[in-house]
Amino acid sequence: MESIILQIAARHMRPLLVVLSLIVLYRGHNEPGGGFIGGLMFGAAYILYAMAFGVGKTQKSLFFNPINLTALGLFVALLSGIPALLLGDSFMTGEWYTFFAQTAFELKLGTPLIFDVGVYFAVAGMLMLVMFSIMEE
Amino acid sequence: MILVLPIILPLLFMVVLIFTRQWLFFQQAFSLLASIVLTFVSALILSDVYQNGIMAVQPGSWEAPFGITLVADTFSALMMTTTSFVAIIVMIFSPGFIDKERQTAGYYPLVFGLLMGVNGAFITGDLFNLYVWYEVMLTSSFVLIALGGSPEQLRGSIKYVTINFIASIFFVSAIGILYGQVGTLNMADLAAKMRTWEGGSYINSALMLFFIAFSVKSALVPFFFWLPASYHTPPIAITALFAGTLTKVGVYTMFRFYSLFVVFDQQFWQIFILTLAGLTMFIGVLMAASQFDIRKILSFHIISQVGYMVMGLGIFTVSGIAGAIYFTIHNMLSKTNTFLAGGLVYQRSGGYDLKYLGGLYKASPFLALLFFIPAMSLAGIPPLPGFFGKFFLIKGGFEAQQYFITAVAILTGLFTLFSMVKIWNEAYWKKEPDDVKVKNGKVHPSTFIATAMLAVAVILLGVFAGPVIEVCMDAGEQIVNPEMYINAVLGR
Repeated sequence: MESIILQIAARHMRPLLVVLSLIVLYRGHNEPGGGFIGGLMFGAAYILYAMAFGVGKTQKSLFFNPINLTALGLFVALLSGIPALLLGDSFMTGEWYTFFAQTAFELKLGTPLIFDVGVYFAVAGMLMLVMFSIMEE
Repeated sequence: MILVLPIILPLLFMVVLIFTRQWLFFQQAFSLLASIVLTFVSALILSDVYQNGIMAVQPGSWEAPFGITLVADTFSALMMTTTSFVAIIVMIFSPGFIDKERQTAGYYPLVFGLLMGVNGAFITGDLFNLYVWYEVMLTSSFVLIALGGSPEQLRGSIKYVTINFIASIFFVSAIGILYGQVGTLNMADLAAKMRTWEGGSYINSALMLFFIAFSVKSALVPFFFWLPASYHTPPIAITALFAGTLTKVGVYTMFRFYSLFVVFDQQFWQIFILTLAGLTMFIGVLMAASQFDIRKILSFHIISQVGYMVMGLGIFTVSGIAGAIYFTIHNMLSKTNTFLAGGLVYQRSGGYDLKYLGGLYKASPFLALLFFIPAMSLAGIPPLPGFFGKFFLIKGGFEAQQYFITAVAILTGLFTLFSMVKIWNEAYWKKEPDDVKVKNGKVHPSTFIATAMLAVAVILLGVFAGPVIEVCMDAGEQIVNPEMYINAVLGR
């Protein structure tokens, strides 16, 4: 099935959804959002693209294999527990650091965000893996 | 901090194995090495726990009733060590048995996913986290059963996954009821609150739901039908791994829950559990005796043996529990060993059906010996560990004056011997059947070495029964006195 409307929409929606997923990922610690929803959005962006252009072309436009993305996500999530160990706390303790404190650009970053990034990758990779193999049938 | 390693190491190994899934030789070597590392870590935890008492860690620095606690007592450390040891053996066995397609399709990463789930279930101190580990385990084992996708495997895996999901529903509903009633998920905190609880008939309904969930997972009567319907379908290395690990996690959880949560109506629970244990061991062994496929006989045997372990739980004295724990360890080794020996028969003769086998003792006496050792151990012949396991269980039964269940256990032992002798007679001793041509296949050296190593381990477990029983006694002490667990977790 080739639909010109869907193709144009998908081409423009994909970058938008990816950016949106990153925003959702970042705000996730204190507000609704987070790695899981962000990962779903990222996956959805590519699934939409695959619906418009076919799975083969989408996989070509990805520079990674979905299952590797999942494995990378697991690894990143694992890494997020390590800084706490180096600082002498219990494994997986949330460690926070505030950049540009008391300015307009105050930015709080911490290990829970790293964990969320891991979840983001893992969910996105798994979603794409499952959906692509179903769509190929 | 060593206590987080049994969970994060398999995860790390899994990641590495996913990235390198095309390199067959690397996968084989790395998995072997990784499982050795895992065994080493578990053994370290075991020695630490045995010397210094129960170990508890609060990951994320969230204090006990609020965060997820990881806690290891002697029982869980023993189980972890045995599981990882079984994994070593299966990792040696697999390269020579499982076909290349399956090996590169994610067999090795999945095994470590399974080990992560099993280890997590052994050391978590949080109800919901326990559920999550069960799901990790279930997901990995589901894919392992279906891996390769032959029609028979898919048929088996559908049954397996359906019934296990239903058990999970029971599990989560019980957690929900308990959380709604008592308001905590930390197992130690929950146990402490239940000991001063005034209110609750809902507690028993939650416990019954838990009991159903775990009796499905550990294949007790009347919830065992999924096991023989699915276990014989994947390559036997996978079945051996499952036989050595999965149902035992259910048994472990049952022990832990009984020790912590059964505060009310202990009389009822004891009779209930003993009745089911007796039925399980007897029905399991009767069904095993009527089968003709090696894998099916052994699968039904798993059920019967689970009955013994649960019998130790029903007796609930230190020596009864210690006997059950020793029996569980022995069973994890011997059961895996018999399955692997079945794999050797398959490589040698090309089948599992006893009707078309024969003459193996004459053709290769070593293979026969490798089956003989674990089989006789399962049947309970003296110098082997199965004898000591049953001896302590029966002794515990007499001491607790549970004469009926003890009589059933002895009778079951006889039938176990019968069904083991049946495999022995049919596959090894009788002449080759005239009308069928038995294949004269080659046994891969790695499978032979793995099976032989495990047989030696079984013998050693019997030789060093004294020290091992002593460790099991320590574990039994901790199970019978749950205050030790509660105090260790809540830091009192």
